[in-house]
Parts: sequence; structure tokens; C-alpha cells
Amino acid sequence: MKRNIPLLITAFSGLVLILAYFIPMTQSWGEVAAIWFDILASIAFILGGGNLIKLHARKMALRQAGWAYSAITLLAFALTLFIGLSKIGVSPNLQFPDMAWSGHYRESGAPFWWIYEYAFKPLTATTFSMLAFYIASAAFRAFRAKNLEAILLLGTAFIILLGRTFAGIILTSWLPDSLAGLRIENLTVEIMRVVNTAGSRAIMIGIALGVASTSLKVLLGVDRSYLGSGEE
Amino acid sequence: MANMISRERLRRRLPALWYGTWLLRTVFVFVFIAAGAAVVAAPPPAPTGLTAKDHGWDKGTAVDLVWEYPGEAALDGGFFLISYAMDLEDDFRIAGQTLGYETVYTVNGLTPGVDYYFKVVAVNSALEESEAVVSEPVAGRLQWVDGSRIWFLITVMIFCGSVVYFIRHARKGRPLKVRKIAGLEAVDEAVGRATEMGRSVIFVPGIQDMNDIQTIAGINVLSRVAQIAAENSASLEVPTTRSLVMTTARETVQSAFLRAGRPEAYDENKINYITDEQFGYVAYLQGQMVREKPAACFYMGAFFAEALILAETGNSVGAIQVAGTAMPAQLPFFVASCDYTLIGEEFFAASAYLTGSPEELGSLKGQDVGKVLVAIGIVLGVVFATLASITGPEGLNLESYHFFQGFVDYLQGTVLH
Repeated sequence: MKRNIPLLITAFSGLVLILAYFIPMTQSWGEVAAIWFDILASIAFILGGGNLIKLHARKMALRQAGWAYSAITLLAFALTLFIGLSKIGVSPNLQFPDMAWSGHYRESGAPFWWIYEYAFKPLTATTFSMLAFYIASAAFRAFRAKNLEAILLLGTAFIILLGRTFAGIILTSWLPDSLAGLRIENLTVEIMRVVNTAGSRAIMIGIALGVASTSLKVLLGVDRSYLGSGEE
Repeated sequence: MANMISRERLRRRLPALWYGTWLLRTVFVFVFIAAGAAVVAAPPPAPTGLTAKDHGWDKGTAVDLVWEYPGEAALDGGFFLISYAMDLEDDFRIAGQTLGYETVYTVNGLTPGVDYYFKVVAVNSALEESEAVVSEPVAGRLQWVDGSRIWFLITVMIFCGSVVYFIRHARKGRPLKVRKIAGLEAVDEAVGRATEMGRSVIFVPGIQDMNDIQTIAGINVLSRVAQIAAENSASLEVPTTRSLVMTTARETVQSAFLRAGRPEAYDENKINYITDEQFGYVAYLQGQMVREKPAACFYMGAFFAEALILAETGNSVGAIQVAGTAMPAQLPFFVASCDYTLIGEEFFAASAYLTGSPEELGSLKGQDVGKVLVAIGIVLGVVFATLASITGPEGLNLESYHFFQGFVDYLQGTVLH
């Protein structure tokens, strides 16, 4: 029962979404199914919040490595939740001036907005910016000329990277118009347009077939790994 | 004084000449202006016979317009302006325009079941507008079948039919050959290494929710990884970015531990929801990797910018890393940083490959039929496009060119639409 009901729900929802794609009359059914998923995901937020508190409280209680970060996480979570829910510093909406909580929680200048602008965004940007260093270290490893394939990769990467810089354009600008195709910026465009596009399309076709096949297996109940054991 | 007298005399003597010249000049100017206005500034004739009817086989959001135009020559360089409104009193909203020789147009983006008036105006090269012709009110009707997706429906039916056929074929016990996938062969090795080193295994199921097929494919791989971990008594941790994924992962891992005959070893505290926030999740995982130095890391699911950060951190702590994703932009990063990468379809084949279930292997065979269909389409497209470029449009055989180009256009515009 624990497996059959989810299987039926999955098959039914999948069928509805397929019908909604091909039959315009049933389009609204698909929209309803999508709303149902949103409702489920919203309820799951509570589950997630509870687990977050449990995970970090446990780490703190057991004094596991990095427990101080857990303390900061819990403090930040509680503070943000409180400020957001109680709408501290938010002015009432102009349409409902007598209702203190009628303003938007993300109102510019309010504490919640301040947390987002001056704590959350810089932290996110910092983590994201680390990518630059990781790209350099990954490129250093990937472009080592160990064999013929690696040498080809290195050569191609060299042309592409150089072709995207001003230095690359200046380097081959002396070539006459009759040999314009050999200018590094034009080579870059051709490699991206022909070679790269052909390769990525082959991968995309494989992905599309894989997605369709996996979806069908899930709908038909052939693949049930995601449903767990079924033990009551 | 003498001069004034002489001019007055002259004027009396030659009145006809004086006034005649003035009259002639005035008439000439008027005639010139009138003729110029007639040639340059005449508004173009109005279109006639405008008919509007519902565009068939669609979502009811389109209406087809057809009209006639008597003064084609007058509209050389001009165009027709098409607009629509729900009421004649309303301002008409511009839908688009057609070139002066095109007298058909399909208005899109309408609300199904709502009556609209359509207006067509001819505009000449001097941007002068003709009188408008307005249609009777017409509503787009929601149809049962979307005609633009018929070819896609046929392709899906052939593909799904072949998958189902091969699943049934495999159920009968007929052998199916599947090539080796190095990344999946390495799963046992990676988990075994973690056991030997006494370190943990981290499984990252991407950063999307359960409505993403890549997450489902990742969870399917998790099922097998968890079973091997249970058999080897390795510690498996699954940090997730979505609480629904956490719940599913817990069910899957528990089931795998049960299959391995070690249900008591299952610990749900090792499968946690971290945060929905992409880089917050990255920060948590980086910290965990650096502190715990896992022996094996699996990245199976949908990844974005965090792919490289995670894989490079895993690489820096010396973990064996196996990645699988269907995000083409992230594949190069995984290839550069991981020991094994499941590229696109290999990732979706992983579940079948790892379980070895005949039914799932049958579905892989069905995918091959899809590849054959795609290959036929590519070969036909390339051959016909090449023939079209050889035969015309300046070539010798214009009729052949139209046939070949027509096929290519149909393939691109209708079949692949």
C-alpha cells in the first residue's frame, strides 16, 4: 500500500501533464497538478526548518567539529525568521495605513531588507566569486598535455581563451583580409559555432532521450528506487 | 517724380501683361501643388473583404485574418498594419504588420473564447494610412488537439512504444547487451575505498526538487550506492537542498539498508536538509568536506555554478569523485575535477546499469530506437539541405531547389517545431 498509492499518484499526475501538453482542452489540469506540487513543497518547508534546527542543535550538543558554525546558523535563522515574520521596521501599506503589518516584509530600508542587502548578498557573492580560483585550478589540471586528446583540448582551449581577449585580436590583426578566417577571433567563433555546437547537440539529444526514457520508467512503475522499501 | 509718372503710364499701357503674368504664376503654383499632392500625398486605397476565423488545432489563442487589396502598386514599399480590440469603442492594440504584398496574418496571444474585432490598415511608403477595414467579431476556440505538436506526439509514441516493447522483451528473459560505463563500475571501488580508509561517503543529489527528473535519476543511483555502503559498513551522508528530497532520500537509503540485510545500521541523522540557498549549501558542504575529508564523493543530479566549487573542494581533500548530470554547461567542470563523469544519457542509464534489472535494461534498448530516429532525421536534413544548396536558388534546376528546400523548411518548421 505504501508503494502502490504513490505509484498511482505518480502515474496519474504524469499522465495528466502529458495530456495537458498535447491536448489544449486539458491545459488547466496540468496547471492544477503543478499547483499541487507547490502546495506539497510549501508544507515541506516546515519539515525542512525542523530538520535544520535538529541538525545544528545536535552538532552543538555533541560539540562536533565546526559546532560554532552551527550556533551562528541557528542564531541567524532565528533572527531572520523573527524579523521577517514580525515585519520589524516595515511601514504600513498606504492603502491600509491603520494596519501595522500591512506593509511588505522586503520594504526597502527595513531590517529584513538590510539583512538581505548587506549580509546575505555579500556572502553569496563571496562564495560565487571563489569560482574564479577554482576555474584556474581545474583548468591547470585539465589542460596538462598528457596524451593526444589532452593536447587537442589544450590547443583548442588556448585558441578560445585567447580569442576572447583583446591581446588575441591584436596578435593576428596583421593577417590580410584573404586570410581573415585564420584570425584568432574568427577561429574562436568557428570552433564554437561548428565543433562545439555539434558536440553539445549530441549530448543534448542523448539527454533528451534519457529524460524521456526515465520519465516513462517512473510513470510505468518500472523504476521504483525513489519510493523506498514499502515496509509499513 | 518724373520716374513715378513714367511707371504709372507704363502700368496703364500694359495692364493685361502685368495682371496676366501674375495670374499665370498663381495658377501654375496651384496646379503644381495639386498635382504633387495627387502623386505623393494621396492615401492608399483601403483593404477590402477582411475575414477573420479561428486558427484551427490550437489553444484558442490565435485567429487567422485574410483580406484583399486592390491597390497593390500604390502600396509599393508600404505595409499593412493589423490591430485588434474587444470592443469597437476601445483603442485597438497593434498585433503586427505584414509586407505590402502579404494579405494574410495570424494574430496570436488572444484569450480563448473572447470575441475580438480585427482592423487592417494599408500604410504607404510615405507612412500615410488608408481607411481601416474592420472584421466581424471572432473568438479563438480551445481545440482538442494542438496541431503544432502532432509530429512531436508521433515521435513520442514511437519512442515510448519501443521502450515498452523492449521492457516486455527483457521480461521474457532475452539477453540484452549493455556496454560498460566506467563511472558506474567505479561506484563499488569508491565505496570500498571509503570503508578501508574509515572515512565517510558523501552523496549530493543536486540542488533541484523532486519534480526534476535529474533528481529522481540521482536518487535512483543513491539507492545502489546506499546498498553498497550498507554491505561495506561505510558511513553514507546525504546533504540535500530540498526537504522533499531529504524525505525521499531517507526512504531510499532505509530501503537499501534493508535490502543489504543491515536495517539497524541505517541512521536518518546522516540525511539532512541544509538550505534551499545554492551558495549556503555550498558553504556547508565545503566545510564538511574540509573537516571530515570524505573518501568518496558522488554528485548525481542537477547542478549549476556550485558544481565546480564542490568538485574542486572534493578533489583538494583527495576523495574519489563520481559525477553525473544532464546540465551540459556543468559537464566540463565535472570532467576536469572528478575521476569519473556520467555524461547526459549515461547518467539516466545508471539506475538500469547498477540494478541490472532486465526491465530497466530493456528501456535502454528502447532509447537506441530513439537514436536511430534522430540519426535518420539528421541524415535526411543534411542530404536535402545539401541538395538544395547545389540546385539553387541561382542554380540550374529551380523546381528541384523548391522541392529540396521545401522539405528542409518542413522538417525545421513543422516536424522539429
